Amino acid sequence: MLKTFRKGGIHPPENKLSALSKITDIPQSKEYVVSLSQHIGAPAQCCVEKGEHIAKYQLIGKSAGFVSANIHSPVSGTVRKIDKFKNAFGFETTSVFITPDGQNDEERHPLTSEVTAKLSSKEIIGIIDNAGIVGLGGATFPTKVKLMPPDNMPVDTLLINGAECEPYLTNDQRLMEECPEEIIEGVKLLMRAINVEKAYIAIESNKPEAIKALEKAAAHATGIKITPLKVKYPQGGEKQLIDAVLNRQVPSGGLPASVGVIVQNVATAYAVKQAVIDGTPLTERVITVTGPDLPHPGNYRVPIGTPISDIIEAAGGLPENTQKVVIGGPMMGKAASNLNATANKGMSGILIVPKRYAMRQKAENCVRCASCVSACPMGLEPYLIARLSELKDYKRLEEERVMDCIECGSCSYVCISHRPLLDYIRIGKNKTGAIIKSRKTNNK
Amino acid sequence: MNPIISAVAVLGGTGIISAALLYIVARKFKVTEDPRIDDVEKMLPGANCGGCGYSGCRDFAANCVGSGTLEGRRCPVGGDATMKAIAEYLGLKAETEKPKVAVLKCNGSCMARKHTSVYDGPRSCAIERIIYAGETDCAYGCLGCGDCVNACLFDAIKLDPEIGIPTIDDERCTACGACADACPDKIIELRYKGPKNRRVYVACSNHDKGAEAIKECKAACIGCGKCVKACPFDAITLTDNLAYIDDEKCRLCRKCVDACPVKCIKAVNFPDKPSISKEEAAC
Amino acid sequence: MNNELIISSSPHIHTSKTVERTMLDVIIALLPAIACSLFFFGVGALVVLATAVAGCVATEFLIQKFLIKGNSTIGNYSAIVTGVLLALNLPSNLPVYIVLLGSVFAIGIAKMAFGGLGNNIFNPAIAGRVFLLLSFPAQMTTWPLPIVNRWQYFDMETGATILSTMKEGAGDVSTGASIASSMKDIVEVSPVEALLGNMGGSMGEVSAIALLIGGAYLLLRKVISWHIPIAILASVALFYLILGDDPLMPLLTGGLLLGAIFMATDYATSPMSHKGMIIYGVMIGIITVVIRKWGAYPEGVSFAILLMNGLTPLINRYFKPSKFGERSRK
Repeated sequence: MLKTFRKGGIHPPENKLSALSKITDIPQSKEYVVSLSQHIGAPAQCCVEKGEHIAKYQLIGKSAGFVSANIHSPVSGTVRKIDKFKNAFGFETTSVFITPDGQNDEERHPLTSEVTAKLSSKEIIGIIDNAGIVGLGGATFPTKVKLMPPDNMPVDTLLINGAECEPYLTNDQRLMEECPEEIIEGVKLLMRAINVEKAYIAIESNKPEAIKALEKAAAHATGIKITPLKVKYPQGGEKQLIDAVLNRQVPSGGLPASVGVIVQNVATAYAVKQAVIDGTPLTERVITVTGPDLPHPGNYRVPIGTPISDIIEAAGGLPENTQKVVIGGPMMGKAASNLNATANKGMSGILIVPKRYAMRQKAENCVRCASCVSACPMGLEPYLIARLSELKDYKRLEEERVMDCIECGSCSYVCISHRPLLDYIRIGKNKTGAIIKSRKTNNK
Repeated sequence: MNPIISAVAVLGGTGIISAALLYIVARKFKVTEDPRIDDVEKMLPGANCGGCGYSGCRDFAANCVGSGTLEGRRCPVGGDATMKAIAEYLGLKAETEKPKVAVLKCNGSCMARKHTSVYDGPRSCAIERIIYAGETDCAYGCLGCGDCVNACLFDAIKLDPEIGIPTIDDERCTACGACADACPDKIIELRYKGPKNRRVYVACSNHDKGAEAIKECKAACIGCGKCVKACPFDAITLTDNLAYIDDEKCRLCRKCVDACPVKCIKAVNFPDKPSISKEEAAC
Repeated sequence: MNNELIISSSPHIHTSKTVERTMLDVIIALLPAIACSLFFFGVGALVVLATAVAGCVATEFLIQKFLIKGNSTIGNYSAIVTGVLLALNLPSNLPVYIVLLGSVFAIGIAKMAFGGLGNNIFNPAIAGRVFLLLSFPAQMTTWPLPIVNRWQYFDMETGATILSTMKEGAGDVSTGASIASSMKDIVEVSPVEALLGNMGGSMGEVSAIALLIGGAYLLLRKVISWHIPIAILASVALFYLILGDDPLMPLLTGGLLLGAIFMATDYATSPMSHKGMIIYGVMIGIITVVIRKWGAYPEGVSFAILLMNGLTPLINRYFKPSKFGERSRK
């Protein structure tokens, strides 16, 4: 019996259309627009000027606070301007517009193996911080913050997330198959950074090649174990993954570190290896471009700041019947309204949805079939929470533990009445969260 | 015994005993309340809108009576008249305030703003705003899902399907502020109603640079600053590419209205084609 | 690309299951029971079935057209399900007007008056049946004998059900009254016959095997979960065992299987959490046996389900699923 998490979960059609296509580079774009807020937390502060010539990997945005991250240039070129730029969802962020010169002057500081072998935990975290590494699973939480858990929470295990439970997405899968050694190197560095002896790499069993490749690469590493998991969504959720692999449940509102675990994505581990050993900061990532009607679904190595339209072009261009473009996977991704926007560190996939799947079906009365209750991986009652949110009963929402919701969308997925459960739960969660926050500040 | 008599006796007896019990319980657990609270509550509009900051009219009344001062307490719906009546009754002093009205700082009708995407989800501005910037390119303006309409207890806001944004009825609006709270972008402002309901305001919330803004919406403020220069009373300020008219300082001369190249400054309830010199003399 | 992009919140994919498909699955699961009822009761079964379905659909249609002007929900087959379930709970010689009355009550009062599908507190088919049982006790408790009456609708040979026989027999022993002797025929049915359905009873409840096939289909299609039916059947069996009776015949006869598989599992009127479902099922089982053993009626499944329907909101309030992280391992 393969391991999995205990509560709820669903199994949507996997549709890993791009599972067999190798990670390829995409042609250089005319302009790169690099946003200064590509992570959770304070936007980075711009540290280049208009007209300045910059090298590839040069720092262009400096981390502005503890929860923030550095931003580096993905190409060498000239800064055309620093201005507001709309992201894929129509919101403006301050961005650096870079015209590439095709020279690819590099500014990087690789370390020799003797030096890397002697690095202390603090030094590794320092390099990770400098390289602007954030959680590449999609949440884009600055990695260095995660690597420094509160002192009262001793950590004994590193958990590497290679579950990739989202349908369609294959970027982590390809990375695990093509670069297993680099990932293992990264895992070793992460283990040293947080001083643990044990690391587990969790991979869903629908990726046998990736499991094999990593098992081979980890054969001589001590303390690293590959754990195949039963295919079930949302296994890639931190809490679910910890439950599945280690049989520990993170309490409500708690950090993974409170049960002695730190979770990192495989792509993050890969980025850590690149940062520490090769001396290259995080300026590119693997993005899956996929969709039922796309001519060439594939996995691409994309510099941050590349226009989304260029990435889609590399995959054969938008089909005529496209009516929705989702940034991320189909379960948790967000629909984009602006395709002129550019790639950022958190973009794991671009899903092109044809007309026939784009519109939602009409919502009917809730028939109280309880599918959502069985599907909820957090043991909540989505039908009730959505209803309370509609009624704006924030007190009861808090009692019903709306803040535990991980917004995985399993409830909306299984609803036979096509009710927009998550839409309502999300607004209820936002409002309740704001109320709790203001109450806390008032109490202080 | 006659069954009729016994039935009457049993039922009647039960009734009398229950009545006695109820009476005793009611006397025993009676809560004494200041009778003035009832009287003050009767003076209030009874809409329980929460515009005063208290949870309903009774709570407001209890607070007025209990605190012994009307300072900082005001029923926006009842306005000065109600507050005066309450003040007289309680022997206190009420603050007077110029009446206000809700104003939508967006004029991005369907004609002015092109729809570039279609929102498919529950009709709620708050929910739409979490997901993205809105159906048009303007990330600041009205989303048109009608959260303000649903919040209004006085039926003063209607969504006009022709223009796709809400219109506010001056007569019905009580300036309780429910719509302003409901709006996720906070583009509804409570402004002075003005003499004869006449007022001037910037009907736009777009902070983008001029060229960008006008591309997004034909009715957008481009931040050119002409109104700032035109205003003789220093009532207009320009922050982050958006003009704002301070209603404390505005004297309703309407020079800014004429100066605005995109006509995003609105003057409402003025007679048609006024002569400007006359208006100035009136000030 | 020449379409405006559509923006909606995640998830962007959706299960292929729908309300219509679910209702259709219930109808498919009921087909064996329908076939059995037609085989045993012939013309009468057909008339009652057609009347109940037509009555339910027409009531829903008329109410939505003239009273509650809203979206029509006729297309989701739920009225048909109610009609079929109601018919299967009736004797096959019930006059048409009584069947129609039952349908109008089931849809009009028990379902639409509460706000339509999903908002009803009581299972419409059971409410309809219980309404008829209380209003027309004589007609509702004379069951035609199977097979012999195939080509008749009225004037057929009737008999008691196995359950009433058991009950009268029991009454005879304990009180010495002469009820049993007034019964014309003491019904004797073997378990095999009960399994197949060759006995008197309501149209759909006679054949245990047909109902079990339907239940297996529903479980396979994941339309229902096992919790409610198993909880009911297990608690009934256990209770009979405790009372010192053989539970086999009571399980196979009467409305128990139909109720446990098709009626108690009705989405809107059963609890939402698995814990709640088990409590609901066990309570139905206990109440059923209590009514069967000591109540005035020989059969108590309908009353038990109806009672527990009323308690469902309370069960939902107090028996919630255990939340993630509540039972922390460390």
